[in-house]
Amino acid sequence: MNKTLKATPPVQLWEVFIRSRSGLAHKHVGSLHAEDAELALQAARNLFTRRGEGLSIWVVPSHLIVASDPSEKGMLFEPALSKAYRHPTFYNVPEEVGHM
Amino acid sequence: MYTQALNDLPTPHNLEDAEKMANFQTRIDSEDRIEANDWMPEAYRRTLVRQISQHAHSEIIGQLPEGAWITRAPSLRRKAALLAKVQDECGHGLYLYAAAETLNASREALMDQLMEGKAKYSSIFNYPTMTWADIGAIGWLVDGAAIMNQIPLCRCSYGPYARAMIRVCKEESFHQRQGFEIMMTLAKGSARQKAMAQDALNRWWWPSLMMFGPPDTDSQHSDQSTRWKIKRFSNDELRQKFVDATVPQAQFLGLTLPDPDLRQDEVTGNWMYGEIDWEEFKQVIAGNGPCNQDRLASRRKAHEEGAWVREAAAAYAARQASRHAA
Repeated sequence: MNKTLKATPPVQLWEVFIRSRSGLAHKHVGSLHAEDAELALQAARNLFTRRGEGLSIWVVPSHLIVASDPSEKGMLFEPALSKAYRHPTFYNVPEEVGHM
Repeated sequence: MYTQALNDLPTPHNLEDAEKMANFQTRIDSEDRIEANDWMPEAYRRTLVRQISQHAHSEIIGQLPEGAWITRAPSLRRKAALLAKVQDECGHGLYLYAAAETLNASREALMDQLMEGKAKYSSIFNYPTMTWADIGAIGWLVDGAAIMNQIPLCRCSYGPYARAMIRVCKEESFHQRQGFEIMMTLAKGSARQKAMAQDALNRWWWPSLMMFGPPDTDSQHSDQSTRWKIKRFSNDELRQKFVDATVPQAQFLGLTLPDPDLRQDEVTGNWMYGEIDWEEFKQVIAGNGPCNQDRLASRRKAHEEGAWVREAAAAYAARQASRHAA
Protein backbone atom coordinates (compact mmCIF):
# COMPACT_ATOMS: atom_id res chain seq x y z
CA MET A 1 0.00 0.00 0.00
CA ASN A 2 2.75 2.46 0.93
CA LYS A 3 5.17 1.41 -1.74
CA THR A 4 6.63 4.66 -3.04
CA LEU A 5 6.48 5.03 -6.77
CA LYS A 6 8.64 7.12 -9.00
CA ALA A 7 6.68 10.28 -9.80
CA THR A 8 5.06 10.06 -13.21
CA PRO A 9 6.67 12.69 -15.47
CA PRO A 10 4.32 15.40 -16.71
CA VAL A 11 3.07 15.24 -20.28
CA GLN A 12 2.24 18.29 -22.39
CA LEU A 13 -1.32 19.64 -22.08
CA TRP A 14 -3.42 20.45 -25.17
CA GLU A 15 -6.72 22.23 -25.67
CA VAL A 16 -9.17 20.57 -28.04
CA PHE A 17 -11.60 22.34 -30.39
CA ILE A 18 -14.20 20.51 -32.45
CA ARG A 19 -16.34 21.53 -35.41
CA SER A 20 -19.53 19.61 -34.76
CA ARG A 21 -20.86 20.03 -38.30
CA SER A 22 -20.12 21.91 -41.48
CA GLY A 23 -20.97 25.57 -41.25
CA LEU A 24 -20.22 25.85 -37.55
CA ALA A 25 -17.07 27.18 -35.90
CA HIS A 26 -14.70 24.98 -33.90
CA LYS A 27 -15.66 25.07 -30.25
CA HIS A 28 -13.58 24.31 -27.17
CA VAL A 29 -14.52 20.90 -25.75
CA GLY A 30 -11.81 20.17 -23.21
CA SER A 31 -8.17 19.31 -22.80
CA LEU A 32 -5.91 16.29 -22.80
CA HIS A 33 -2.30 15.21 -22.39
CA ALA A 34 -0.13 14.06 -25.28
CA GLU A 35 3.54 14.14 -26.18
CA ASP A 36 3.08 15.53 -29.68
CA ALA A 37 0.47 16.93 -32.04
CA GLU A 38 -0.19 13.65 -33.82
CA LEU A 39 -0.87 11.80 -30.57
CA ALA A 40 -2.95 14.73 -29.35
CA LEU A 41 -5.16 14.49 -32.45
CA GLN A 42 -5.57 10.74 -32.00
CA ALA A 43 -6.40 11.09 -28.34
CA ALA A 44 -8.86 13.89 -29.09
CA ARG A 45 -10.58 11.68 -31.62
CA ASN A 46 -10.85 8.82 -29.11
CA LEU A 47 -11.86 11.00 -26.21
CA PHE A 48 -14.23 13.54 -27.71
CA THR A 49 -15.78 12.02 -30.85
CA ARG A 50 -16.98 8.56 -29.83
CA ARG A 51 -20.56 9.40 -30.76
CA GLY A 52 -20.30 11.46 -33.90
CA GLU A 53 -19.63 14.74 -32.10
CA GLY A 54 -17.47 16.21 -34.80
CA LEU A 55 -16.11 16.49 -38.32
CA SER A 56 -12.92 18.37 -37.62
CA ILE A 57 -10.54 18.69 -34.68
CA TRP A 58 -8.02 21.36 -33.71
CA VAL A 59 -5.49 20.77 -30.96
CA VAL A 60 -3.43 23.62 -29.54
CA PRO A 61 -0.71 23.38 -26.86
CA SER A 62 -2.36 24.95 -23.79
CA HIS A 63 0.63 27.13 -22.99
CA LEU A 64 0.31 28.90 -26.35
CA ILE A 65 -3.13 30.24 -25.50
CA VAL A 66 -3.04 33.80 -24.27
CA ALA A 67 -6.00 34.70 -22.07
CA SER A 68 -7.30 37.97 -20.72
CA ASP A 69 -6.91 38.49 -17.00
CA PRO A 70 -10.19 37.82 -15.15
CA SER A 71 -9.35 40.57 -12.65
CA GLU A 72 -9.37 43.06 -15.54
CA LYS A 73 -12.83 41.98 -16.61
CA GLY A 74 -14.32 45.30 -15.56
CA MET A 75 -11.77 47.47 -17.31
CA LEU A 76 -11.87 45.40 -20.48
CA PHE A 77 -15.53 44.71 -20.94
CA GLU A 78 -17.55 47.19 -18.89
CA PRO A 79 -17.21 50.12 -21.35
CA ALA A 80 -19.16 48.14 -23.93
CA LEU A 81 -22.20 48.20 -21.65
CA SER A 82 -22.23 51.98 -21.32
CA LYS A 83 -22.23 52.54 -25.09
CA ALA A 84 -25.86 51.92 -25.83
CA TYR A 85 -25.53 53.91 -29.07
CA ARG A 86 -23.66 50.96 -30.56
CA HIS A 87 -26.93 49.03 -30.59
CA PRO A 88 -29.75 49.44 -33.13
CA THR A 89 -32.37 49.76 -30.41
CA PHE A 90 -30.77 53.08 -29.34
CA TYR A 91 -32.25 54.80 -32.40
CA ASN A 92 -35.91 55.66 -32.79
CA VAL A 93 -37.37 54.95 -36.19
CA PRO A 94 -41.12 55.73 -36.57
CA GLU A 95 -43.27 52.66 -37.01
CA GLU A 96 -44.63 53.82 -40.36
CA VAL A 97 -41.12 53.55 -41.82
CA GLY A 98 -41.43 49.80 -41.41
CA HIS A 99 -38.73 47.26 -40.75
CA MET A 100 -35.21 48.62 -40.78
CA MET B 1 -21.08 9.04 -3.80
CA TYR B 2 -17.98 8.97 -6.00
CA THR B 3 -16.66 11.48 -3.52
CA GLN B 4 -17.61 9.95 -0.23
CA ALA B 5 -14.42 10.90 1.58
CA LEU B 6 -15.38 14.53 1.24
CA ASN B 7 -16.94 14.00 4.59
CA ASP B 8 -13.43 13.96 6.10
CA LEU B 9 -12.54 17.44 4.86
CA PRO B 10 -10.28 19.53 7.06
CA THR B 11 -11.91 22.63 8.48
CA PRO B 12 -11.30 25.56 6.14
CA HIS B 13 -9.20 28.43 7.50
CA ASN B 14 -10.66 31.85 7.24
CA LEU B 15 -7.60 33.90 6.45
CA GLU B 16 -8.75 35.39 3.22
CA ASP B 17 -9.87 38.84 2.45
CA ALA B 18 -13.41 39.15 3.80
CA GLU B 19 -14.51 41.40 0.96
CA LYS B 20 -13.33 38.95 -1.70
CA MET B 21 -15.10 36.17 0.17
CA ALA B 22 -18.31 38.18 0.27
CA ASN B 23 -18.12 38.97 -3.46
CA PHE B 24 -17.45 35.33 -4.18
CA GLN B 25 -20.50 34.23 -2.21
CA THR B 26 -22.61 36.86 -3.98
CA ARG B 27 -21.58 35.41 -7.33
CA ILE B 28 -22.44 31.91 -6.13
CA ASP B 29 -25.80 33.05 -4.75
CA SER B 30 -26.72 34.67 -8.05
CA GLU B 31 -26.01 31.36 -9.84
CA ASP B 32 -22.96 32.81 -11.60
CA ARG B 33 -20.41 30.16 -12.60
CA ILE B 34 -16.88 30.31 -11.27
CA GLU B 35 -14.22 29.79 -13.94
CA ALA B 36 -10.65 28.52 -13.72
CA ASN B 37 -8.80 31.81 -13.37
CA ASP B 38 -11.34 33.58 -11.19
CA TRP B 39 -10.53 34.37 -7.58
CA MET B 40 -11.81 31.68 -5.24
CA PRO B 41 -11.33 30.84 -1.56
CA GLU B 42 -8.55 28.31 -1.00
CA ALA B 43 -11.00 26.00 0.74
CA TYR B 44 -13.29 26.07 -2.31
CA ARG B 45 -10.37 25.11 -4.53
CA ARG B 46 -9.26 22.36 -2.15
CA THR B 47 -12.77 20.98 -1.81
CA LEU B 48 -13.16 20.83 -5.57
CA VAL B 49 -9.76 19.27 -6.23
CA ARG B 50 -10.57 16.62 -3.68
CA GLN B 51 -14.06 15.96 -4.97
CA ILE B 52 -13.18 16.03 -8.67
CA SER B 53 -10.08 13.87 -8.26
CA GLN B 54 -11.98 11.30 -6.19
CA HIS B 55 -14.61 11.27 -8.87
CA ALA B 56 -11.93 10.79 -11.55
CA HIS B 57 -10.25 7.99 -9.59
CA SER B 58 -13.64 6.29 -9.22
CA GLU B 59 -14.13 6.31 -12.98
CA ILE B 60 -10.66 4.87 -13.56
CA ILE B 61 -10.89 2.19 -10.86
CA GLY B 62 -14.49 1.57 -11.95
CA GLN B 63 -13.15 0.13 -15.19
CA LEU B 64 -11.63 -2.81 -13.36
CA PRO B 65 -14.61 -4.79 -11.99
CA GLU B 66 -16.40 -4.58 -15.35
CA GLY B 67 -13.30 -4.92 -17.50
CA ALA B 68 -12.85 -8.35 -15.94
CA TRP B 69 -15.92 -9.55 -17.88
CA ILE B 70 -15.12 -8.19 -21.34
CA THR B 71 -13.50 -11.45 -22.45
CA ARG B 72 -16.30 -13.50 -20.88
CA ALA B 73 -19.35 -11.59 -22.16
CA PRO B 74 -21.98 -14.08 -23.36
CA SER B 75 -22.35 -12.66 -26.88
CA LEU B 76 -20.63 -10.34 -29.31
CA ARG B 77 -23.41 -7.77 -28.77
CA ARG B 78 -22.85 -7.78 -25.02
CA LYS B 79 -19.10 -7.69 -25.46
CA ALA B 80 -19.17 -4.69 -27.80
CA ALA B 81 -21.48 -2.82 -25.41
CA LEU B 82 -19.36 -3.60 -22.35
CA LEU B 83 -16.19 -2.61 -24.14
CA ALA B 84 -17.78 0.70 -25.15
CA LYS B 85 -18.99 1.27 -21.60
CA VAL B 86 -15.58 0.63 -20.06
CA GLN B 87 -14.00 2.91 -22.65
CA ASP B 88 -16.51 5.60 -21.63
CA GLU B 89 -15.47 5.24 -17.97
CA CYS B 90 -11.89 5.88 -19.01
CA GLY B 91 -13.00 8.95 -20.95
CA HIS B 92 -14.99 10.18 -17.95
CA GLY B 93 -11.93 9.82 -15.77
CA LEU B 94 -9.95 11.91 -18.26
CA TYR B 95 -12.60 14.67 -18.47
CA LEU B 96 -12.55 14.84 -14.70
CA TYR B 97 -8.76 14.91 -14.32
CA ALA B 98 -8.77 17.75 -16.85
CA ALA B 99 -11.35 19.61 -14.75
CA ALA B 100 -9.18 19.12 -11.65
CA GLU B 101 -6.18 20.44 -13.57
CA THR B 102 -7.93 23.76 -14.15
CA LEU B 103 -7.54 24.18 -10.36
CA ASN B 104 -3.75 23.79 -10.58
CA ALA B 105 -3.63 20.13 -9.65
CA SER B 106 -1.57 17.99 -12.02
CA ARG B 107 -3.05 14.81 -13.42
CA GLU B 108 0.21 12.93 -12.98
CA ALA B 109 0.39 13.88 -9.30
CA LEU B 110 -3.24 12.92 -8.74
CA MET B 111 -2.73 9.54 -10.39
CA ASP B 112 0.40 8.94 -8.35
CA GLN B 113 -1.58 9.66 -5.16
CA LEU B 114 -4.13 7.08 -6.21
CA MET B 115 -1.49 4.46 -6.88
CA GLU B 116 0.25 5.17 -3.59
CA GLY B 117 -3.02 4.50 -1.80
CA LYS B 118 -3.23 8.11 -0.62
CA ALA B 119 -6.40 9.02 -2.52
CA LYS B 120 -9.94 7.81 -2.07
CA TYR B 121 -12.41 6.55 -4.63
CA SER B 122 -15.96 5.25 -4.43
CA SER B 123 -16.41 2.31 -2.05
CA ILE B 124 -18.54 0.47 -4.61
CA PHE B 125 -15.61 -0.56 -6.78
CA ASN B 126 -14.07 -2.59 -4.00
CA TYR B 127 -16.66 -5.34 -4.40
CA PRO B 128 -15.98 -8.30 -6.69
CA THR B 129 -17.83 -9.08 -9.94
CA MET B 130 -18.45 -12.77 -9.50
CA THR B 131 -20.95 -13.58 -12.24
CA TRP B 132 -22.15 -12.11 -15.53
CA ALA B 133 -25.27 -10.88 -13.70
CA ASP B 134 -23.01 -8.55 -11.71
CA ILE B 135 -22.39 -6.63 -14.93
CA GLY B 136 -26.14 -6.17 -15.27
CA ALA B 137 -26.50 -5.14 -11.63
CA ILE B 138 -23.63 -2.63 -11.90
CA GLY B 139 -25.07 -0.96 -14.98
CA TRP B 140 -28.55 -0.82 -13.52
CA LEU B 141 -27.78 0.08 -9.90
CA VAL B 142 -24.28 1.56 -9.75
CA ASP B 143 -24.65 3.65 -12.90
CA GLY B 144 -28.20 4.46 -11.86
CA ALA B 145 -26.92 5.80 -8.54
CA ALA B 146 -24.10 7.63 -10.31
CA ILE B 147 -26.55 9.37 -12.64
CA MET B 148 -28.70 10.39 -9.67
CA ASN B 149 -25.66 12.05 -8.15
CA GLN B 150 -24.21 13.50 -11.33
CA ILE B 151 -27.26 15.22 -12.76
CA PRO B 152 -27.28 17.93 -10.05
CA LEU B 153 -23.50 18.28 -10.52
CA CYS B 154 -24.20 19.56 -14.05
CA ARG B 155 -25.31 22.75 -12.24
CA CYS B 156 -22.32 22.85 -9.90
CA SER B 157 -20.97 26.38 -9.33
CA TYR B 158 -17.57 25.49 -10.80
CA GLY B 159 -17.84 25.79 -14.60
CA PRO B 160 -15.24 23.23 -15.75
CA TYR B 161 -16.64 20.55 -13.41
CA ALA B 162 -20.23 21.27 -14.46
CA ARG B 163 -19.27 21.06 -18.15
CA ALA B 164 -17.46 17.75 -17.62
CA MET B 165 -20.55 16.42 -15.85
CA ILE B 166 -22.79 17.39 -18.76
CA ARG B 167 -20.66 15.29 -21.11
CA VAL B 168 -20.55 12.42 -18.62
CA CYS B 169 -24.32 12.40 -18.06
CA LYS B 170 -25.00 12.38 -21.79
CA GLU B 171 -22.91 9.23 -22.13
CA GLU B 172 -23.98 7.56 -18.92
CA SER B 173 -27.61 6.80 -19.70
CA PHE B 174 -26.59 4.10 -22.17
CA HIS B 175 -24.70 2.44 -19.32
CA GLN B 176 -27.73 2.12 -17.11
CA ARG B 177 -29.97 0.92 -19.91
CA GLN B 178 -27.52 -1.77 -21.04
CA GLY B 179 -27.30 -2.98 -17.42
CA PHE B 180 -31.06 -3.10 -17.03
CA GLU B 181 -31.36 -5.00 -20.29
CA ILE B 182 -28.91 -7.63 -19.02
CA MET B 183 -30.94 -7.97 -15.81
CA MET B 184 -34.18 -8.18 -17.78
CA THR B 185 -32.83 -10.92 -20.04
CA LEU B 186 -31.66 -12.96 -17.04
CA ALA B 187 -34.81 -12.32 -15.00
CA LYS B 188 -36.98 -13.55 -17.88
CA GLY B 189 -34.68 -16.48 -18.61
CA SER B 190 -34.34 -19.93 -17.04
CA ALA B 191 -34.71 -20.49 -13.29
CA ARG B 192 -30.91 -20.55 -12.96
CA GLN B 193 -30.54 -17.31 -14.87
CA LYS B 194 -33.17 -15.64 -12.71
CA ALA B 195 -31.45 -16.94 -9.58
CA MET B 196 -28.19 -15.46 -10.85
CA ALA B 197 -29.84 -12.07 -11.35
CA GLN B 198 -31.37 -12.23 -7.86
CA ASP B 199 -28.01 -13.14 -6.34
CA ALA B 200 -26.33 -10.18 -8.03
CA LEU B 201 -29.07 -7.85 -6.81
CA ASN B 202 -28.69 -9.22 -3.27
CA ARG B 203 -24.99 -8.43 -3.27
CA TRP B 204 -25.10 -5.00 -5.03
CA TRP B 205 -28.16 -3.41 -3.46
CA TRP B 206 -26.72 -2.27 -0.12
CA PRO B 207 -23.33 -1.20 -1.47
CA SER B 208 -25.23 0.87 -4.07
CA LEU B 209 -27.13 2.69 -1.31
CA MET B 210 -23.81 3.37 0.44
CA MET B 211 -22.54 5.13 -2.70
CA PHE B 212 -24.44 8.25 -1.64
CA GLY B 213 -22.23 8.56 1.43
CA PRO B 214 -22.99 8.72 5.15
CA PRO B 215 -26.39 9.84 6.44
CA ASP B 216 -26.96 13.59 6.65
CA THR B 217 -26.70 13.50 10.44
CA ASP B 218 -23.03 12.39 10.12
CA SER B 219 -22.00 14.44 7.13
CA GLN B 220 -20.66 17.61 8.72
CA HIS B 221 -19.02 19.10 5.65
CA SER B 222 -22.02 19.07 3.37
CA ASP B 223 -23.16 22.46 4.64
CA GLN B 224 -20.22 24.36 3.18
CA SER B 225 -20.45 22.48 -0.11
CA THR B 226 -24.14 23.34 -0.22
CA ARG B 227 -23.47 27.02 0.41
CA TRP B 228 -20.94 26.97 -2.39
CA LYS B 229 -23.45 25.19 -4.63
CA ILE B 230 -21.08 22.36 -5.30
CA LYS B 231 -23.64 20.06 -3.74
CA ARG B 232 -27.30 20.66 -4.52
CA PHE B 233 -28.94 17.78 -2.65
CA SER B 234 -28.00 16.02 0.57
CA ASN B 235 -26.79 12.41 0.67
CA ASP B 236 -30.08 11.19 2.11
CA GLU B 237 -32.17 13.14 -0.41
CA LEU B 238 -30.29 11.59 -3.31
CA ARG B 239 -30.42 8.14 -1.74
CA GLN B 240 -34.20 8.43 -1.33
CA LYS B 241 -34.63 9.53 -4.95
CA PHE B 242 -32.61 6.52 -6.04
CA VAL B 243 -34.61 4.07 -3.95
CA ASP B 244 -37.90 5.54 -5.15
CA ALA B 245 -36.79 5.22 -8.78
CA THR B 246 -35.37 1.72 -8.39
CA VAL B 247 -38.05 -0.14 -6.42
CA PRO B 248 -40.59 -0.18 -9.30
CA GLN B 249 -37.83 -1.29 -11.68
CA ALA B 250 -37.04 -4.27 -9.43
CA GLN B 251 -40.74 -5.08 -9.29
CA PHE B 252 -40.87 -4.99 -13.08
CA LEU B 253 -38.00 -7.47 -13.21
CA GLY B 254 -39.81 -9.74 -10.75
CA LEU B 255 -36.79 -9.60 -8.43
CA THR B 256 -36.85 -9.00 -4.67
CA LEU B 257 -34.82 -6.25 -3.03
CA PRO B 258 -32.89 -7.77 -0.12
CA ASP B 259 -34.49 -5.55 2.52
CA PRO B 260 -37.24 -7.02 4.73
CA ASP B 261 -38.01 -3.53 6.11
CA LEU B 262 -38.69 -1.97 2.71
CA ARG B 263 -42.19 -0.43 2.63
CA GLN B 264 -43.93 2.43 0.91
CA ASP B 265 -44.89 5.40 3.05
CA GLU B 266 -48.60 5.94 2.53
CA VAL B 267 -48.40 9.69 2.92
CA THR B 268 -45.26 10.62 0.96
CA GLY B 269 -45.20 7.65 -1.42
CA ASN B 270 -41.48 7.28 -0.66
CA TRP B 271 -40.01 3.82 -0.24
CA MET B 272 -38.62 3.54 3.27
CA TYR B 273 -35.57 1.29 3.48
CA GLY B 274 -34.00 -0.58 6.38
CA GLU B 275 -30.84 0.17 8.33
CA ILE B 276 -27.67 0.50 6.22
CA ASP B 277 -24.59 -1.24 7.60
CA TRP B 278 -22.40 1.84 8.05
CA GLU B 279 -19.67 -0.18 9.70
CA GLU B 280 -19.20 -2.09 6.44
CA PHE B 281 -19.07 1.23 4.58
CA LYS B 282 -16.40 2.60 6.93
CA GLN B 283 -14.32 -0.53 6.53
CA VAL B 284 -14.47 -0.44 2.73
CA ILE B 285 -13.59 3.27 2.64
CA ALA B 286 -10.72 2.63 5.04
CA GLY B 287 -9.20 0.13 2.60
CA ASN B 288 -10.56 -3.09 4.09
CA GLY B 289 -13.17 -4.00 1.47
CA PRO B 290 -13.01 -7.30 -0.39
CA CYS B 291 -11.03 -5.91 -3.36
CA ASN B 292 -9.23 -2.71 -2.25
CA GLN B 293 -5.75 -4.23 -2.45
CA ASP B 294 -6.49 -5.94 -5.71
CA ARG B 295 -7.83 -2.78 -7.38
CA LEU B 296 -4.76 -0.72 -6.50
CA ALA B 297 -2.44 -3.54 -7.51
CA SER B 298 -4.16 -3.78 -10.91
CA ARG B 299 -3.98 -0.03 -11.40
CA ARG B 300 -0.26 0.02 -10.54
CA LYS B 301 0.47 -2.94 -12.79
CA ALA B 302 -1.27 -1.28 -15.74
CA HIS B 303 0.63 1.95 -15.07
CA GLU B 304 3.98 0.17 -14.83
CA GLU B 305 3.33 -1.92 -17.91
CA GLY B 306 2.44 1.22 -19.84
CA ALA B 307 5.64 3.01 -18.85
CA TRP B 308 7.47 1.99 -22.05
CA VAL B 309 4.70 3.49 -24.17
CA ARG B 310 4.92 6.83 -22.34
CA GLU B 311 8.72 6.77 -22.58
CA ALA B 312 8.69 5.92 -26.29
CA ALA B 313 6.20 8.70 -27.03
CA ALA B 314 8.31 11.20 -25.07
CA ALA B 315 11.53 10.09 -26.82
CA TYR B 316 9.90 10.31 -30.25
CA ALA B 317 8.49 13.76 -29.51
CA ALA B 318 11.89 14.97 -28.26
CA ARG B 319 13.62 13.67 -31.39
CA GLN B 320 11.08 15.23 -33.72
CA ALA B 321 11.47 18.53 -31.87
CA SER B 322 15.27 18.46 -32.11
CA ARG B 323 15.11 17.66 -35.85
CA HIS B 324 12.74 20.53 -36.29
CA ALA B 325 15.14 22.85 -34.49
CA ALA B 326 18.15 21.70 -36.55
